[in-house]
Amino acid sequence: MSGSQPIQQGVSARRAGSAHTSMFLRMLWRAAVLRRGRAASALLAMVVAAAVATAMMNLYVDVQAKLRKEFRSYGANVVVVGKDGTSLPADILNKIEAALGGRGLAVPFAYVVARTAHGQSVVVAGTDFERVQKLDGWWSVSAWPSGPREALVGRRALPAVSPDGKGFELSFQGHTIRLTPAGTLETGAAEDSRVYLPMAEFVAWSGVHPSTVEVAANGSSEEVNSVIGQLAGAMPTADVRPVRQIVEGEARVLGKTRSTLYAAAVLIVLTAALCVLATLTGWVFDRRRDFAIMKALGASERLVSGFFAAEAAALGAVGALLGFVIGIGIAAWIGRVNFNAPVVPRLSVLPFVLAGSMAVALLSAIVPMSLLRRVQPAVILKGE
Amino acid sequence: MFARLLYESFRRQKRRKLLAGAAIALGVAVATAMIAVATDIGDKINRELRSYGANLLVTPQEDTIDVEIGGINLKPPSDGNFLNEADLPKIKGTFWRNNIVGFSPMLPVNISLGDASDTKSANLLGTYFSKKITFGKEQARTGVRTTHPWWRVQGSWPADDSQDVLVGEHLASRLGKQPGGRIEIAGQSHRVVGILSTGGAEDDQIVASLAVAQQVLGKPEAVRRIYVSALTKPEDTLARRDPKTMNPELFDRWYCSPYVQSIAYQLQEAIPHSHAEQIRQVAQNEGTVLSRIKGLMLLVTLAALFASALAVSAAMATAIFERRQEVGLMKALGAGNFAVAALFFAESALLAIFGGVAGFFAGSLLAHRIGRSIFDSQITIQPVLFPVILAIAVIVTFGGSAAAIRRAVQFDPVFALRGDA
Repeated sequence: MSGSQPIQQGVSARRAGSAHTSMFLRMLWRAAVLRRGRAASALLAMVVAAAVATAMMNLYVDVQAKLRKEFRSYGANVVVVGKDGTSLPADILNKIEAALGGRGLAVPFAYVVARTAHGQSVVVAGTDFERVQKLDGWWSVSAWPSGPREALVGRRALPAVSPDGKGFELSFQGHTIRLTPAGTLETGAAEDSRVYLPMAEFVAWSGVHPSTVEVAANGSSEEVNSVIGQLAGAMPTADVRPVRQIVEGEARVLGKTRSTLYAAAVLIVLTAALCVLATLTGWVFDRRRDFAIMKALGASERLVSGFFAAEAAALGAVGALLGFVIGIGIAAWIGRVNFNAPVVPRLSVLPFVLAGSMAVALLSAIVPMSLLRRVQPAVILKGE
Repeated sequence: MFARLLYESFRRQKRRKLLAGAAIALGVAVATAMIAVATDIGDKINRELRSYGANLLVTPQEDTIDVEIGGINLKPPSDGNFLNEADLPKIKGTFWRNNIVGFSPMLPVNISLGDASDTKSANLLGTYFSKKITFGKEQARTGVRTTHPWWRVQGSWPADDSQDVLVGEHLASRLGKQPGGRIEIAGQSHRVVGILSTGGAEDDQIVASLAVAQQVLGKPEAVRRIYVSALTKPEDTLARRDPKTMNPELFDRWYCSPYVQSIAYQLQEAIPHSHAEQIRQVAQNEGTVLSRIKGLMLLVTLAALFASALAVSAAMATAIFERRQEVGLMKALGAGNFAVAALFFAESALLAIFGGVAGFFAGSLLAHRIGRSIFDSQITIQPVLFPVILAIAVIVTFGGSAAAIRRAVQFDPVFALRGDA
């Protein structure tokens, strides 16, 4: 846009409508280039404010999903049990997995009370070890069973069933199974008094099928509730209920965290906006001589206002776009540092940042403009 | 002369000084509020995490194994050992007593319901609801209403010294019981004051005060296990070490840190013949959740500090840039660069101190409001924060002014006075 060509074009097409536009753009461009320092500092403030705002909004939207994932380490939030202690149908796991659609994990459990060789009663459970490892990450296990006839023995059950750590026998309704302890299990809860077997071996030995399925359903509380509804609809013979301890604890902690983050986001965005307002107001006020010269040369009030407004809007838009990119980067970095997973960039945030930036920029142009409008150009040019 | 210049500058440019001071106060207020919230959020979230229930379980040392499926006890009730109820208040005498939010003793008893013609077996659970505990001069209320906040009662909670009972919702619908009805337990009639809903095994049980269960079992003072809910510090490598292998110095450090392991150790010391253990589902996970939320707030606080530092320095830069004519005049009258810079820095320092003090109190108020509205509790503001915040305010204001002052000083007075700068 610089150089002599646009001027010649402007001269040759003096009366054409395009001349106004080209002059307008030229003034905008030269204003940015000539007053590089001031324009750059205004733009910098804009970019930083937009970046911080983008990062906060992005975090606010994404952090709930990230934290929910952390909360799933508390284990199952839904349990499916047979009504009145009956076994669940054989295809229950398939039905549950169909209802979950890959957005959760289901682990079957079957229980019997067996007797040890010394006549001591002990609860024996059958389950799927691979799934349990994923669902109940807090189980402290010395070694997971891998071979046939290997059992996981709870810390408190161990002295009763296998005090010397060697193989032991369990009997249930006349059927006896010989097992070797692969490792010990420690949870601090009821699991410590049990012996765990792989499901297939458990069923072959006892003939008892799963009576409980623990389900960890991902998603918000509404999504979990809809999963509960679907499960209850698909399995009329089963009792599907949320684990209130887990569901309510999660809702509480998540709610508090969200509110705190929200308060922080509002404070930060407000501070950033005020910073931009202060810088830009100073910038526009500083150019009162340009304003006076334009008016002295016969520019209409509308044209001058339009010029300053366009300048502010352009600054706001450019600042918002640059800030958005940087803000996405900041959010991704926070996600990586804190959650070991980048925060997904949300394009839905962009319109808000863009509109907000331009609104703040326009506002900071309008305030000094309305002050300047009352002053005679001559007074400003005299330097008073 | 210097002092007069300074004084007159503030007297004559009240509006401008007020604007710059307001910008500083705002920045400092946001910074104070965010730092206060971030330093306190760990404690606040830790308390919220207690809504997951107890994280420690105390059982008799030489206990037989539990025979329990889905919360239903199948073990003969008099089998195994018991803890002594008289030892319970000692929990409030341990080193980390202030970190113990609450505890609930439990005594499950197998009972038969109804009269001789129609008996059914069921489980009765004896516990504290909200019992007053006295240890030395200290008094506290504790029970399931603190440790099991997800328990809901339709009707009212029984008093701990009454014979009233709660009936689990599944059992109540099977038996057709309503609040206000009566139920026959082991030949004695009890009033049902509420229907209990927990989403767990208690929905099929009867819950009564500990004294009622002890009376039914015929063992006064007996307690089967104690659930303890404690505020703990996330586990680290020191926490996981075996206290027996530590040297005395390390042991003291371990003992005096609120790790779940060291609190368990102290509970075992306080209650004779007991074994205390962390409930891993609750204890292990709260550490990760807590550190994630703390980390998040720390990073957000950094962003807030950055934004407020920027706001302060932008306001200062604008304020100084507007006064270059004044600089020109001073220099034309013979002031050196040093004198001009000193004047501006002195002004900045004054602004920073006034703005900083105002901002600190506004920020404290803001943090207080945030704590009230989000956590229903006070956010404590450490007094040490005050000098730190003030120092930050002065440094940031100086930093923000430095570039603008340098440029202002470097102007040629002639151009500055002509207004061409």
